[in-house]
This record gives sequence, structure tokens and C-alpha cells, in this order.
Amino acid sequence: MSEAAADQAVDSKKRRFLLGTTGVVGGVGVAAAAVPFVMSFWPSARARAAGAPVEVDISKVEAGQLITVEWRGKVCWVLNRTKVMLATLPKLNPVLADPDSSVPQQPANCKNEHRSIKDSMWVAIGICTHLGCSPTFRPEPAPADLGTDWLGGFFCPCHQSKFDLAGRVYRGMPAPTNLVIPPYKFLSDAKIVIGVGEGG
Amino acid sequence: MDKILGWIDARFPLTQLWESQWGKYPAPKNFNFWYYFGSLAAMVLVMQIITGIFLTMNYKPDAKYAFDSVEYIMRDVEWGWLIRYMHSTGASAFFVVVYLHMFRGLMYGSYQKPRELLWIFGCLIYLVLMGEAFFGYLLPWGQMSYWGAQVIVNLFSTLPIIGDSLALWIRGDFTISDVTLNRFFAFHVIALPLVLLGLVAAHLTALHEVGSNNPDGIDVKHQPINPETGLPLDMIYSHPYYSIKDLVGVVFFLAIFSAILFFVPEMGGYFLEANNFIPADPLQTPAHIAPVWYFTPYYAILRAVPSFFATQVWGVLLMGAAVMIFFALPWLDRGKVRSIRYRGNLYKGWLAAFVISFIVLGYLGVVPITVWGQFPASWPMLGTADIATVAARVFTVVYFAFFLLMPWYTARDKTKPVPERTT
Repeated sequence: MSEAAADQAVDSKKRRFLLGTTGVVGGVGVAAAAVPFVMSFWPSARARAAGAPVEVDISKVEAGQLITVEWRGKVCWVLNRTKVMLATLPKLNPVLADPDSSVPQQPANCKNEHRSIKDSMWVAIGICTHLGCSPTFRPEPAPADLGTDWLGGFFCPCHQSKFDLAGRVYRGMPAPTNLVIPPYKFLSDAKIVIGVGEGG
Repeated sequence: MDKILGWIDARFPLTQLWESQWGKYPAPKNFNFWYYFGSLAAMVLVMQIITGIFLTMNYKPDAKYAFDSVEYIMRDVEWGWLIRYMHSTGASAFFVVVYLHMFRGLMYGSYQKPRELLWIFGCLIYLVLMGEAFFGYLLPWGQMSYWGAQVIVNLFSTLPIIGDSLALWIRGDFTISDVTLNRFFAFHVIALPLVLLGLVAAHLTALHEVGSNNPDGIDVKHQPINPETGLPLDMIYSHPYYSIKDLVGVVFFLAIFSAILFFVPEMGGYFLEANNFIPADPLQTPAHIAPVWYFTPYYAILRAVPSFFATQVWGVLLMGAAVMIFFALPWLDRGKVRSIRYRGNLYKGWLAAFVISFIVLGYLGVVPITVWGQFPASWPMLGTADIATVAARVFTVVYFAFFLLMPWYTARDKTKPVPERTT
């Protein structure tokens, strides 16, 4: 082969190598350029800061009354359960999906039969574990629409999931797990703080 | 005039574009009623873009002002009510024409070889359209906007492992918030419309490459040439023939559209839900949540699936599959003929069953599951189960059976002979 012809010949091996390396390096560049755009979708510093704990005055919550507070933009319930309400909890165990709260939907100090630190005062995130609607508080026993078996609890209007007065889900509901209990602690008998647990 | 056109054509293929895409595009001569909906969909798209642009001029994508700015458009902006109702009614009209357009494809086998890609571009358009509708529905920031978005975003959080992070990433906050509203606005007015226009261009390019199917489902392109027209025997030019025909469709469509627009713009809560006239309240879920009518068949499928293994991802997966399965249609159909006119009773029966399932599921998706009461407690297996839930499960099975059994029933269907010429 003459020198001129060698100059004209295509070195396809070299060409493939150059195409391949250029492609890989270019691809890495494109992936790196996507990082800021993807990362910008995470909650901003301001949104993260807004997730601070909230203090709630519970001295005015009467027996049987439910109050709603906001924590991290989520519905948070504080319910002062009566003796009658607490008495319904063990009766429902056979129809519940997770009566012993074995799925970790609560801090360790609330993994008990009433799912709370103190028996009567119950704190929970009022968001259905199905698709995030806020269930309705239905304390009255045996209403017309929920049937004579109803002992009081929470009923999700979106997909009809039922929870008892400790936020435990009934069996066979769209919602797979019990309602979430947030970390909280008592500052005094009249005040709790939601968002930090004991020792936190 | 000719001189100007000649000057342009020497610099830009204007005449060539017009002739290849419409003016001299040959189409089968036997298009019927069902062939109105493609051009109508294009017209509604243009209407949505124009009304949408004018809405952004007065709308504020801010959780503090969004609801009020929509009310401002409705009450204070000159003619704002009309532009807004055109856009909201247009959204429902879009789905009406697209569903009829897709049904046409099912009837005449318009997805079969060589139109597989044409069908896939169409399915992608349908997907993007659903995205547009979903993002757009958050913008008025009413109760239904808020809780609808809450439910849909939470669908993603049911995915194992990555779910919660993915939902957080989509929202950009711990709940649906101002951040979410702002990014949904960006998707609704810029990102998805650009994708949609690109897909429409691809859909039309593919159509004009392979040529239109027809109610007989026969290949007219390969017929002998008629010396009088210079086209295959059963073909005519789109212009002026189908230009005029489509105009008739436009007139009828606009008459119906205007009647709805001026007399029942909310369509009794199906086009705009009553709860959406209440500002979004993150602490209070409305008593009854239902999506807008065009999503309800899928919503009914979602609700029909119970949670097991402590997750309810199954309903979400099945709902996703119900949409995605349309993509597989060209490869599920083993039929020797395209059009329903020459198919046997098996395909006709299954198509009818599918349409009934789609409509019944659509109905079940808007009503509470207690609507039909419960089975008597004495019944075995079914005792005390909600009748509507059981019905939704049965029709979900029929919906999927239409697709999944298709390779079997289309192959053994007794077809009729297909004519050489259009009828």
C-alpha cells in the first residue's frame, strides 16, 4: 500500500474507539448537567425549616373532644378520650388488621394498647395511610351510615377506610396500616410538643 | 400572489408542505362519522392553547392568590368568565373527542400493521393529556384541586422503598403546598404543551407517511390508478373534500360545545366539581372525593383492588397497567382483518363488553362505594360486601380480559371475506 492510499484508508477500529469514548464522556456530561435540575425538586431550605416542632396547649381539650393542629403542614389530632372510648379499644381487636401495632407507625413509647403516652390523651397525624385524605372523626356509636357495629372511630371519606379511636385500621380496608403517631412529649400536664420525642 | 408564493417556495418549501400534509394528501373516499374526531381534537388543542395563554395573563400561581385570581378572572376580567369556561369545558371536550377517536381505532383496527407507531404516538398523546389535565386541575387551588392532587401524588408513595421519597420529591414539600402549585403550573403551561405539540407533529407525520385507514380496513393505496384523478381508485384529495366534511363536523361540535359552555359549564359537577369553589384547606378533606369524569374508570379500578401484604401498591399498579396496556394493542391483535365490519362475533362481543366495562367503571368511579348497598349477610362469600365494589372488580376483570385474551379470540374469530374496493 502506498503512503497516499494509507492516508486515505479508514481506520474503523480507531473511529469506533473515538466515537465510543466521545459518547461516554458526553453522556457523563449530560448526566452531570441534569443534577441541578433534579435536585431543585427537593424541598427547599425554607420548606425544611418550616417543619419545626409545634407546642400545643391541651388544658382546654375537654373529655371526648378532638382538636386539630398543624405540624409540617399536616393535620395533627389531639383527642382527649373518655373512659367509655378507651373501653371500646380491646373489644375491636378481632376486626383490626394490626391490633398490636406491630408495624412501626408510632414511636416506641406509644406501642401499647391505647397507642399513646398517657391513656386518655391521644396524638396522631390525621392523614389516612391509604392516599392521604383526612379521615372524619365519628365518635358516636352505631350511626345509620356506618352500621350498628360501629363503636366510634375515624372514617375516611375518600375510600371508606375505618379506624378505631386509637387510629388502628380495620381489616380489609384500602388503608394498609394504622394511622401514624408522630413523636411528641409532655412539657407539663397542660402542654405537649409535637415533632420531638422524649429525650429528643 | 403567484409571484410571492414562488419567491417563498424558492426559499422555504411552503407549497410542498401544504400539499404533502393536507392539500394533496390522498385519503380513502369512504370516511364516515367516526373520522371527525381527529380534526376536532386538533381544533380543541388550539382552543386550549389560546384560552390558556389568555388565562395566564390574569392567573397567579401562588397558594395565597391562586383561588382569588381565578375568581377575579370569573368576575372582574372583561369576558374572563368566557375564556375560563372555554378552557375548563374544553378540557372535558378534549377527552370526549379523544375517547371517540380511540374507539374509532378499536373498531376499524387502525392500530394494526403498518400503523403501530401511529397508534403509539397517539397513546403517548393520551398520556400527556392526562398529565395536562391533572396538573391543570390543581391550579384553581380549590378543595378538589388540593385533595385530588394529594391523592394522586400519594399514589407514588405506595411504591416500595423509594415511594415516600419520590412523593416528597414530586411535591417539593411535606404536603401539597405553594411549591407544588408553582411547579405544576410550570408543567401545565410550558413543559407538557411543548411535549404535546411535538407528539402531535409525530402523530401526523406518521399518519401521512403510512396513509389513513378506513371503515373497511382495506389497503386502498395499492389499488390501480384512476386515470381521471391520478389517484388509486378509492382515494380522493383531502382538500377540498375532507376540508369541507371536517368543517361540517366543526359546526356540529361547536353547536354542542357552545350549548354546554353557555348553559351548563359545570355540567352538574362533572366538568367542574362543586367542592372546587371552596378554597383549598389542608386541614379539611371534603366529604366525597371523586376525580373529574375522564379519570373515573381508572379510579374505579384503583378502588376495586384491596390492599394486601400491608401495602396497597397493587391497586396503583393495576390502574397504571389499565392505561399502559393500550400501547400493546398492535401486538395483541392476531386478527386477519382490520375492520369490525368483517370481524366475527367474538371480537364484536368483546369490544362491546369492553365499552360497557369502561362506562360502568366510569360511573362507579364518581359514586361512593356504598351506592348499590350491600349483599345480604346470608349470602355465602359475598355476604355484607359492597355490591359496587364487587361490580367494579368484575368489570375490571372484563376490562383486562378484552386485552389479554385478544391474541386468542382474534385468531380464532370467524371473519368475513374483505372486499377489494371500499363499500
